[in-house]
Amino acid sequence: MPTLDIRGLTVNYAVKGGTLQALSPVNLKMNEGDFVVALGASGCGKTTLLNCLAGFLPPSTGEILLDGRPISGPGADRGVVFQKHTLMPWLNVRDNVGLGLRFQGVDKSRRDRIAEEKLALVGLEKYADRAVYELSGGMQQRVGIARALANDPAMLLMDEPMGALDAFTREQVQEILLQAWKATNKMIFFITHSVEEALFLATRLIVMSPSPGRISHIYEDVPFSNQFLQHGDSRRVKSEPEFIRMREEVLSIIHHREAAHA
Amino acid sequence: MLDNAATIVAPPAPIAPVATGSAPLKTSRFKVPGEGSSVSISIVTVLVLLTLWFLATNTGWIKPLFLPSPQAVMKQFIEYATGTTNDKPLWQHFAASMFRVFSAFALACVTAIPIGIAMGMSRVARGIFDPIIEFYRPLPPLAYLPLIIIWFGIDELPKVLLIFLSCFAPLALAARSGMRSAAQEQINAAYSMGASYAQVIRHVVLPSAMPDILVGMRIAIGFGWTTLVAAEMVAANVGLGQMVLNASNFLRTDIVIMGIVVIGIVAFSFDLLMRYLEKVLVPWKGKV
Repeated sequence: MPTLDIRGLTVNYAVKGGTLQALSPVNLKMNEGDFVVALGASGCGKTTLLNCLAGFLPPSTGEILLDGRPISGPGADRGVVFQKHTLMPWLNVRDNVGLGLRFQGVDKSRRDRIAEEKLALVGLEKYADRAVYELSGGMQQRVGIARALANDPAMLLMDEPMGALDAFTREQVQEILLQAWKATNKMIFFITHSVEEALFLATRLIVMSPSPGRISHIYEDVPFSNQFLQHGDSRRVKSEPEFIRMREEVLSIIHHREAAHA
Repeated sequence: MLDNAATIVAPPAPIAPVATGSAPLKTSRFKVPGEGSSVSISIVTVLVLLTLWFLATNTGWIKPLFLPSPQAVMKQFIEYATGTTNDKPLWQHFAASMFRVFSAFALACVTAIPIGIAMGMSRVARGIFDPIIEFYRPLPPLAYLPLIIIWFGIDELPKVLLIFLSCFAPLALAARSGMRSAAQEQINAAYSMGASYAQVIRHVVLPSAMPDILVGMRIAIGFGWTTLVAAEMVAANVGLGQMVLNASNFLRTDIVIMGIVVIGIVAFSFDLLMRYLEKVLVPWKGKV
């Protein structure tokens, strides 16, 4: 069973005249099927944390263990979905999804089969032969999710993947993501600055705060994503009194802190 | 559970077919700078210029020595094309010049593109080639023409070499800057899918450099034609440039203008071909 273990992770950036602590010690454990959402304003270190998990950024101290092995760089065992879609425009949708498999040397017919399977997971099986620039922003992000899943990674890392989408598309992609998560039971680490999105998706919500970036609150066992998966009505989930109560609570944490800083 | 999934992830309707009619797609009811096709206007411009030329020469307003009439130029073209002059027929001049320009261009492609790519990839290659290219690039070919003659004689080699040099710099620089076109996120995405460095170069960096390389090729072939006349000043006895130079010695402005028009049309046709290639090879250019 895949697990992720972050132990005493800190990151310092060298800046003019010294170092800037971007992340003060972070400890976090994740297990298979966990959907962890990191919520916070800009500059609270959530992207830094994700970049460390992805292996783009080395930790200054501490370590990150994926299934007991330390992360030393980017790899196919962690699928990353970026804020802006990063698909290759010279490849069609199917070849984009299969690109990671091509890197592993998987043959063409198997690549295509897996790519189509993952596209079906995000509802885009009819678009396999399209050019990526013909798709809407929401569809491009869904292709990005399918691509990240194609390598069958131990976990998904998602850096504000819905940040550039409009509100309606965003809700649709959130629902598709939850369905794909349910179908694959992956660990997901997801960054957002939308409180509603965080509560809707997370099984565990971590609220991060800036200077230095750190985890300030953790909500365990957030029930809403599983509620949605049971009845499939996202409006019903988001209008429940408990959802609204938590939304206001989390918002007040963020606002209160920002007020104190001002 | 699965039923739920099916209702939520209902397959979306296929994309509406892109309008393919001849009516131009307007993106706004207001004026967008530079919008619309300019072909018909260009045709009018050319026709007006030809008419002015015709009138100015046939009314005797300009003497034939300064500007021969269009009919005189056309007559020269027909005589050259049919080989009824005492000079070599047009196709021999044309073939000689085409050979020089295209062998130089092909040579530049197989050398400048790899060197430009190497310059984009490696500090060492950049360090070696940067001063050389940046030094000679702004020099006028006529300035180093004497050296080329002294070093390489007066055969085909110095002619091809001169055109090669003028193609090389823009092509190498275009390939080099193309290597910077891939977004950092695209490169990170490839690494996160388990790509090796070589795979990132092969599958991300090189394809995204293609549009720049094709633009570089277009610019390079243009420079090649520009340098043709200079190259054919080197003791040539055949070639479009030589034909023009030779005619100018005898004040045959009708042949000079005919030669200029032929060179212009050939170069422009090749540019159209390159634009078409661009559309076929990199249809995604500027779309993402």
